[in-house]
Amino acid sequence: MTTKSKPKPNRKAWLCLLALPFLALCWPPFYNSVEPDFFGLPFFYWYQFLWVFITPALTYLVFIKTE
Amino acid sequence: MNTTAITVFVLLFGFITVLGFAAGRWRRGDLDQLHEWGLGGRRFGTIVTWFLLGGDLYTAYTFVAVPALIFGGGAIGFFALPYTIVAYPLLFLFFPRLWAVAHKHGYITAADFVQGRYGNQWLALAVAVTGIVATMPYIALQLVGLEVVISAMGINVAGQIGHIPLVVAFIVLALFTYNSGLRAPALIAVVKDILIWITVLSMLIFIPIQLGGYENIFNTVPPERVLLATPPPNSLGQYSAYVTLAFGSALALFLYPHSVTGILSASSAKAVQRNAVFLPAYSLMLGLLALTGFMALASGVDKMPEYAAGFAQHRNNFAIPALILHSFPDWFVGVAFAAIGIGALVPAAIMSIAAANLYTRSIHARFINPNLTPAQEARNAKIVSLVVKLGALVFIFLVQTQQAIELQLLGGIWMCQTVPAIFFGLYTNRLNPTALLIGWAGGISVGTWMAVTNNYQAAFPLPVGDLTVPGYAALYALGINLTLSLVLTLFFGTRGKDETKPSDYNFRTHGTDDAPLPVTVA
Repeated sequence: MTTKSKPKPNRKAWLCLLALPFLALCWPPFYNSVEPDFFGLPFFYWYQFLWVFITPALTYLVFIKTE
Repeated sequence: MNTTAITVFVLLFGFITVLGFAAGRWRRGDLDQLHEWGLGGRRFGTIVTWFLLGGDLYTAYTFVAVPALIFGGGAIGFFALPYTIVAYPLLFLFFPRLWAVAHKHGYITAADFVQGRYGNQWLALAVAVTGIVATMPYIALQLVGLEVVISAMGINVAGQIGHIPLVVAFIVLALFTYNSGLRAPALIAVVKDILIWITVLSMLIFIPIQLGGYENIFNTVPPERVLLATPPPNSLGQYSAYVTLAFGSALALFLYPHSVTGILSASSAKAVQRNAVFLPAYSLMLGLLALTGFMALASGVDKMPEYAAGFAQHRNNFAIPALILHSFPDWFVGVAFAAIGIGALVPAAIMSIAAANLYTRSIHARFINPNLTPAQEARNAKIVSLVVKLGALVFIFLVQTQQAIELQLLGGIWMCQTVPAIFFGLYTNRLNPTALLIGWAGGISVGTWMAVTNNYQAAFPLPVGDLTVPGYAALYALGINLTLSLVLTLFFGTRGKDETKPSDYNFRTHGTDDAPLPVTVA
């Protein structure tokens, strides 16, 4: 088809970034602790909240790069 | 009775009722077409889709049950957060493809797609029935959420008469859904979300002040509830349960019919992708809301005599309503409870529309009356949406809340068994439809058996040699399902009759693809 856009060479590689949240959260012993706490919030909670912010940032990056 | 709260609650409900009926004229389309009634004409941009999917996925039951899980079980209940974190990369990866192929071929459900991709009506039927059966208890649970807040306002009449407010709310819901289709919940979702955000932010700001800050809250909570329990010897204990629950639920989330309806109603694949970026704002809210479960523990509402009756009736699900009653003035209680109540109606409306779409396309039109005109098709779906809601209502009268919760758990396990046909199908047509059907049946059987024999605990203790690995039954069943699907495909070999082409899935070129299509070799 003539209308098909040229695939950018590294487009697929960016998708690997989307695996990071799975890796970061897949092993609870790593984050199942109270210390270091963040203003009274145990590490277990704020670490996972951190990924609420990181994941969409990564997704947005992938969105831009694969558009 | 809490008159002030009830007045505010009824006023807000009246407002969204008007809105629900007016929605039929919003972005006006011919509501005698199924894709207009059932998908809002596929015309929702990024922002409306954000409200719609947010209102759809984060239900009233979520708002009541997630904090209740933390309140009752501690850290394990927090799996809801990683669940809604990892769900969005999946949305980003898979669903723009589903949107593109559905847009191209006029599919309105996942079962439609399966029919087109594999040319096998039995596999499509399996996907449709799975969706409908999994959705029914989900709608019933929305009613549970609504019932909890209604009784928390002091409307507590014994016996079946006590159900009257619930019945009234549901009749209203049924009528505006019938009248306006998906446009009604889309418009109401905006109001719902604003109310929910106000409620959650108020809880997060004012309650910790009353309780002496987060540090104090976590100091009051028994230490063994703050973290996941260290597993006993030779077991992965809560660790494996936590992760498999999170990841397995994430896999199933967007396969639910109401999610697919929300996604397919978007106006472009880009709107779907953008929502994978912006929807996690709701995950933040959900996580913060989960923490209110600890606030309820710290405030000791469960030991206060005025809430004893509520806890006796609704158990842990009463924790958040009690916390709201305890911490806020009456008028704000009305706002907060209306937020939860409207939060029940939006997903219930979308779920009933989705189930109606599934029934009409994949069961009625294929097995009962294949000669429906578009107008008859739309009319059929409207009536089925009424039947579905009536069914959910009867369901809640006949079964115990506990059974609805157990069925909803089973529903998640069943939904997960459509992963091979749909996720794999978005990339390849090589899997044999009969193999997929047998895999589906195997997964459903094993998953159901695991849940039932394990007393409806979501985590099944799978023995691996000397080690016990408690994990979400849906994932174990999916393992069986995938193995069967792949191995039997090797035996059966042949592919199904695929009416789609690889370029149909290319959402990046979609829309510019108006050039005459090349002849395809089937």
